Amino acid sequence: MKIMFSLLPENFSTPIIIVQHISAHSDNQWIKLLNDKSNLPIKETDEKEKIERGNVYIAPPNYHLLIEKDKTFSLTIDERVNYARPSIDVMFESAAEAYKNKLIGVILTGSNNDGTKGMKRIQECGGLTIVQDPATAESSYMPASVIAAMQVDYVLPLNGIIALLIKITQLQFHK
Amino acid sequence: MPELEISLLLEAVYQKYGYDFRQYSEAHIKRRIMNSKAMSGLENISQMQSKVLNDEAFASKLLQDLSITVTEMFRDPGFYKSLRENVIPVLKTYPFIKIWHAGCSTGEEAYSMAIIMQEEGLYDRTTIYATDFNQQALSQAKEGIFSNSMMKEYTTNYQLSGGKESFSGYYTSNYDNVIMNQSLKKNIVWANHNLVTDSVFAEVHLILCRNVLIYFDRNLQNKVQRLFYDSLVNGGILCLGSKESLRFTDLNEEYTELDKKQRIFKKDY
Repeated sequence: MKIMFSLLPENFSTPIIIVQHISAHSDNQWIKLLNDKSNLPIKETDEKEKIERGNVYIAPPNYHLLIEKDKTFSLTIDERVNYARPSIDVMFESAAEAYKNKLIGVILTGSNNDGTKGMKRIQECGGLTIVQDPATAESSYMPASVIAAMQVDYVLPLNGIIALLIKITQLQFHK
Repeated sequence: MPELEISLLLEAVYQKYGYDFRQYSEAHIKRRIMNSKAMSGLENISQMQSKVLNDEAFASKLLQDLSITVTEMFRDPGFYKSLRENVIPVLKTYPFIKIWHAGCSTGEEAYSMAIIMQEEGLYDRTTIYATDFNQQALSQAKEGIFSNSMMKEYTTNYQLSGGKESFSGYYTSNYDNVIMNQSLKKNIVWANHNLVTDSVFAEVHLILCRNVLIYFDRNLQNKVQRLFYDSLVNGGILCLGSKESLRFTDLNEEYTELDKKQRIFKKDY
């Protein structure tokens, strides 16, 4: 992720929402470190916070992250899904319903299949799906699981994903 | 159109049973209802509505599905640490201490509070009101029986929160379960109270409502915060969950932050 945020430019305006599998007891020191290397402001989501352009949001540990139709965040403490809380599936499914075809779902390195169902839902709702090339991922299980389950729109190495995201958002900007 | 069907289902639940989920977070309720639907084998939400109105067992199951909250003993140990350091000194100044644990679910956090009060030598002059609208959870909480498999995690939480005693001294083991000591249950009053529909029932010194408000939409949160404000003595303390705040409510200016990170607030005089 450090690489990703050092490469995304300052003017990347599309909001980014991240779910990473982290320990329930983790503090947010790692977010501070990430911010140092990043061109975009990165923060943990606050409850009921509105999603703003130009920001990067990270799901807090030990909560599931949901996105409301009015583009605010909700948190829940439901049972773990795919042994995870926050779960990627949970966030992706609510994001798919809130944003429909204005959503890009990206799956990077990971060691279980959390996110596969979520990516399917994103596709069902008209969104774009991008997966990190398993051959280039530190842990190929998660991206490979998505590719096995559906026809993903793009399979790319990390640099390729970043270039694509920049391109897409630039096109949007010029509309 | 699922949103409309959900709206009608919640309206049916409210009108028939008086449980009001209409101002809960939409994404959360939708998720719970869809899971419930999947488990029930029904084809659509309108069928659920019909069943809710005619089949009490089904309605009861749905209510459980919509209200189960996952909880732990000493959840967020950092919070309990701060409670010991910042809140206990304030409580010590009162001759009698009244604590309201709102949305206590199956009671884990109420027992955690009892443990702390006992360790601080304050429990004999304390009453903990532990309330929830889920009668099943409340009955379970009153029994104080928990799964043995959770105790390892709870012991870690307890120790991280600054607990120095042997945690296993607070319960007796019985095969797969543990039962909390009678000495802890002694001053906890378990009562059915619905934050959405019920009103002030006591004036208290400390309110803990952690990770309950996250399920409510902004308007409902505001309403409940007003209820808490009206239930607290001047200078009383309000504790919220680690990602909850007063920021979007009308009550924001009425409190001072005692611990910003741990969401502990003191009501202004």
